[in-house]
Amino acid sequence: MARVGLVVVSHSRALADAAVALARQMLPGRETAIEVAAGAADQGLGTDATAVAAAVASVDSGDGVVVLMDLGSAVLSAEMALEFLDDEARSRVVLSPAPLVEGLVGAAVVAAGGASREDVAAEAMRGLAPKQAQLGEAG
Amino acid sequence: MADGLDLSALESWIREFARLVADRRDELTELDSAIGDADHGANMDRGMSAVVTALEATPPTDPAALLKQVGMTLVSKVGGASGPLYGTLFLRMAGVAGDGTLDAETWARALRAGLDGVVARGKAEPGDKTMVDALGPACDALDAAVAEGASLGEALRRSAAAAAQGRDGTVPMLARKGRASYLGERSVGHQDPGATSATLLVDAAVTALAPAGG
Repeated sequence: MARVGLVVVSHSRALADAAVALARQMLPGRETAIEVAAGAADQGLGTDATAVAAAVASVDSGDGVVVLMDLGSAVLSAEMALEFLDDEARSRVVLSPAPLVEGLVGAAVVAAGGASREDVAAEAMRGLAPKQAQLGEAG
Repeated sequence: MADGLDLSALESWIREFARLVADRRDELTELDSAIGDADHGANMDRGMSAVVTALEATPPTDPAALLKQVGMTLVSKVGGASGPLYGTLFLRMAGVAGDGTLDAETWARALRAGLDGVVARGKAEPGDKTMVDALGPACDALDAAVAEGASLGEALRRSAAAAAQGRDGTVPMLARKGRASYLGERSVGHQDPGATSATLLVDAAVTALAPAGG
């Protein structure tokens, strides 16, 4: 069964760890590789493209990786990380423009179910739909 | 000094940039606190300090290796968007620099390759109030000086003057990239921190590489 890995890129280690904890709550008894690349070299806020590349490599079992990120340099670092991978590994990575928390929860659920990386990325992009539906009805 | 940049001259350039960044750290952060996340000075200083430490620990053996080492160190140590942006600049310069001395023409091509890398990475265009607004004019001035057959020293001085003018030109601009873009109209009237540090990079080349009258 395919098992797509997930990487969370954030300025904040605490933010990334909490988002992963929220996502793992949806996966009782199921394994999904989720790695975090977050925070600056001095433990402050920031991102590191070499750490993103290492995280991607660590969760890629051959079925690919979907990367979720917060804003600004997280996006630039994720894009730059692709340069540090070989062509084959790079072709298995999807950088998702999905919202970090909602996207990660959706992606984790379908990744644990054995979906392809395209399906995992598509599910991440649908992450805002429940919120939009709820607030749309309310407003 | 010969009309070219060898490994030792390029190292001087990098060290001078690190010195300028440390010297102007508070100013860069102050500019960034007006329109960004108030970390540009601290981030660049942390990155360039790490670069200098890495130079001491593992001295590079040719210009391409030096520029690659600088780029990779910035990528992993800066933390903010300047990491991938300056990292890309130096890595692309490394791709042009080769293993010998750079003449004015090669220097111009290397800096242009760096600028193109920054543009591709950050998707910024001229006028977006970014480092591109200082580096673009610097590259144009270099190309013009090379075309006229100016000496390396003269070419570097002209590129630094053009960068400073470009930096000053960011004041009235509306930010369209990075954190500053969240501010919209409130970004107008402030000098861009990235254009300011990029001008220091070009200034450092003049100080470190072009002796008076060279």
